[in-house]
Amino acid sequence: MTGRPAGRPLVPAYLSTGGVARPSRPQLERLSVLTRGDAPVPAGLPAAALALLDVLEGGALALVEAAALLRLPVSAVRVLAADLADRDLVLARAPIPPADRFEPDLLKRVADGLRALKH
Amino acid sequence: MASAPSSTSASPADGIHLPDTARDLVKILVAGPFGVGKTTLIDSVSEIRPLHTEEHLSEASASVDDLAGVRDKTTTTVAIDFGRVSLAGGVVLYLFGTPGQERFRSLWDDIAYGALGALVLVDSRRIDASFDVLGLVEESGLPYAVAFNAFPDAPRHYGEAQLRRALDLEPGTPMVTCDARDTNSSVDALLALVDHLIATQEAVSR
Repeated sequence: MTGRPAGRPLVPAYLSTGGVARPSRPQLERLSVLTRGDAPVPAGLPAAALALLDVLEGGALALVEAAALLRLPVSAVRVLAADLADRDLVLARAPIPPADRFEPDLLKRVADGLRALKH
Repeated sequence: MASAPSSTSASPADGIHLPDTARDLVKILVAGPFGVGKTTLIDSVSEIRPLHTEEHLSEASASVDDLAGVRDKTTTTVAIDFGRVSLAGGVVLYLFGTPGQERFRSLWDDIAYGALGALVLVDSRRIDASFDVLGLVEESGLPYAVAFNAFPDAPRHYGEAQLRRALDLEPGTPMVTCDARDTNSSVDALLALVDHLIATQEAVSR
């Protein structure tokens, strides 16, 4: 992978999903958290799916980060991630866990966290 | 991380994975016209080198682009820059640089989904370039604050009241001046927005 010329996409966008245009899980967002699932990688996965699994090998990523690293459109990674989540190869969770969604302190935590950045 | 240059472990993902403490992923849009300093501001706050996604505008422009007989027509794309900063307490803040032209509307809606709010960057040398952005933000219903990016040659003779009038801002909308190259200044601009969001939330729940 190191010899790949910079600036070229890993997989052409129009081939990356194998022709599938819609994700099987409509709720995947830009900030959905993707992690590698436990299921063993089956033979015959398309290159873009393998690339997504590869990039998750080192830890969790937001969907939009995976798209940026793979140089694929967000819409294509939505389709790929949804398909891999259906097969337990990828775990996808919402950006904010349901328990925190209506937590009034979330904004205060953002503000406190930002203040702590100042030096 | 002392690895030989020939190491095969180097991948584009090095150092970018979310910390284990990451729990709540939130986003703020940094909106403004091209060249206003969106990516500069994001870079000054982000813990990762800003990344970008290529977004296709084919859907939005399908009704206006007639492709019949055009063999070399390529899809219109726009690069959307974003950065990330991990805050204490498990919060990870994403900043999305969002262009504000009317033709980006469908893309805007997708990026804005779930956002806390928007920081609208304005260049005081060309205030009118931000009118489209303000229109989109207001239509989307996203709460926002305005930050004037202080370019060295920006006119200094505008008063706050004049600028507010020029942008047709409501009295409650925060307006600050910032230097997008400076981390503290960019954080202050983001805080103006977040403090505004907190005040709004408290007013509603009271």
